[in-house]
Amino acid sequence: MAPGLLDRSRTVAPPGWSRWLIPPAALSVHLSIGQAYAWSVFKPALESSLNLSGTASALPFQLGMVMLGLSAAFGGTLVERNGPRWAMTVSLLCFCSGFLLASLGAAVEQYWLVVFGYGFVGGIGLGIGYISPVSTLIKWFPDRPGMATGIAIMGFGGGALIASPWSAQMLESFGSDSGGVATAFLVHGLVYAVFMSLGVLLVRVPAEGWQPPGGKRPQEQQSRKPLVTTANVSARSAVRTPQFWLLWVVLCMNVTAGIGILEKAAPMIGDFFADTSTPVSAAAAAGFVALLSLANMGGRFLWSSTSDVIGRKNMYRCYLGVGGLMYLGIVLLGDSSKPLFIVCAMVIISFYGGGFATVPAYLKDLFGTYEVGAIHGRLLTAWSTAGVLGPLIVNWIADSQEAAGRSGAGLYGLALSIMIGLLAVGFVANELIRPVNPKHHLPEPASAAGQAEGTAGHEGGAEHKEATGR
Amino acid sequence: MTTGENSTPGAAAQAAAPGGPPTALFALAWLWVGVPMAYGIYELVLKVTKLFTGG
Repeated sequence: MAPGLLDRSRTVAPPGWSRWLIPPAALSVHLSIGQAYAWSVFKPALESSLNLSGTASALPFQLGMVMLGLSAAFGGTLVERNGPRWAMTVSLLCFCSGFLLASLGAAVEQYWLVVFGYGFVGGIGLGIGYISPVSTLIKWFPDRPGMATGIAIMGFGGGALIASPWSAQMLESFGSDSGGVATAFLVHGLVYAVFMSLGVLLVRVPAEGWQPPGGKRPQEQQSRKPLVTTANVSARSAVRTPQFWLLWVVLCMNVTAGIGILEKAAPMIGDFFADTSTPVSAAAAAGFVALLSLANMGGRFLWSSTSDVIGRKNMYRCYLGVGGLMYLGIVLLGDSSKPLFIVCAMVIISFYGGGFATVPAYLKDLFGTYEVGAIHGRLLTAWSTAGVLGPLIVNWIADSQEAAGRSGAGLYGLALSIMIGLLAVGFVANELIRPVNPKHHLPEPASAAGQAEGTAGHEGGAEHKEATGR
Repeated sequence: MTTGENSTPGAAAQAAAPGGPPTALFALAWLWVGVPMAYGIYELVLKVTKLFTGG
C-alpha cells in the first residue's frame, strides 16, 4: 500500500529542496495559533450576548493555555515520532475544529461548548502546533538553530497582532450578538484551516546525510563551545537531568518577570506618570501596550539569532542580568523620565520574547537534536507555571499597596523588586548549567539513527531503544 | 549548486536548481505569511503612534 500523505517517508525533502521553505511552513502554523493571545477581542461580545461575567468569558483562553502546556508536554514524543506534517495536521484539525465547535456553541447559546471547543480541543492544537516545527527547523539549520526557531516563535507573537484587528473588524461587520460571534468563529476556523494548510503541504525533513549549504558546519562542529554537545539524550532521560530543571527555572523566572510587566502595562504607565506634567492618556497607554507587543515579537527573532553568535548561556545572562538592571532602572528612575521608562520596559519585553525563542536552541545544545521537540514540549510547563505566577504576584501586590494607601509608581515598587529577585534566581540557575553527564547520552547507533531522522531514522532510533531495552 | 545550498532566501530563490522548488513557490510561501504579518504590524504601528502623539 502506498504511504499516506502524512507518512514520514512522504516528507523527506527531495534533492535540491531549499531549507528556506521551512520557515514559512512553520510561520503559517505559528501565526495562526498565536491568535490565542487575541482572545480578549471576543470577551465583551461574549459577555453581552451570553450574559457572562469577565471571569467566565476568560475561561476558553485559560483552558486553552492549560491544554497548550499539557499537549506540548505529553504529545512531544508523538510529534517526534510521527514527524512535522502529522503534527501540523493534528494542530490544524484541533485548532480549527475548536473554532467550529465554538461557533456552534455561540449559535445555540451553549457556552460550555465554546469553552470545550476553543479551550479544550483548540488548546490541543495550540500545544502540538507550537512544538511541531521546532526540531525540524533545528535539523535544517544546524548552523543557525537560534535564528531558525526565532523565526517560528516570532510568529506566535505575531499571530495576535494579525488576529486582534482582524477579529475586531469581523465582529464589527457581523455584529456582537451571539449570531455575529458564531459567524466570526466560523470564519476564523475556515480561514485558519486554509492558512495552516500551507505548512502541512510545504514542510519537509532533511534527507539522510544532508549537510548545511556552502560548507557551513553545524554549531557543534564549529570552534569548541563547551555547552554544545555532539551527543544525544532522549526526552525520558533529559527530564532526569539537573540541566533540564535548571533550564526550567531559567525559563520560568524569565517569563514570570516579563508577564509581570505585560499584565499591567497599560495601568502601570498611567500610574507612573499620573502626577507629572505629562500624564498618559488611555489611547497613549494602548500605544505603549502595542509598542511592547512589537518588542516582544522583535526580541524573539533578534535575540535568538544573536544567541547563535554569542552562545546560549551568554544570551540568558543578558536576559536575566541586563533584564534585572532594566527593572532596577524602572524602580529607581522610572517616574522621572517617560522615555527611560518606555525603553526599559521594551528591553524587558524583548528579553521575555527572546527567552521563549532561544530555549529550543539551548535544549539542542545540551541534549542534541534526537528528541529536542519532545524535550521542548516538557519544558513548556515552565511557561504554564509562570503564566499563573507572574500576574498573581503583580496584581496581588499592587492591590495590597493600594489598600495600604500608596499611589502612582509606589504601587509597583515592591512587585518590581520581587521581579528583580526572580531574575536573580534565574541568573544563578543559568550559571549552574553544565554539560550533561555522558551517562545520559544515547549509545552511538541510536544517536546516529536519531540524527538521520530526516529519512526513516527516527523510527530506527525508536526501534533501537526497544532493542536495547530502554 | 542547489537551492538548498544558498544561505539566504533571496539567493535561494534566484538559483532554483533542477529538481528543486521553483522560484514561484518561494514567492508564494513568503507572501502567504508575509502579507498578513505586514497587515498586523501596520495596524500595530497605527496604535503606537498614539503613544507619541497623545491621541
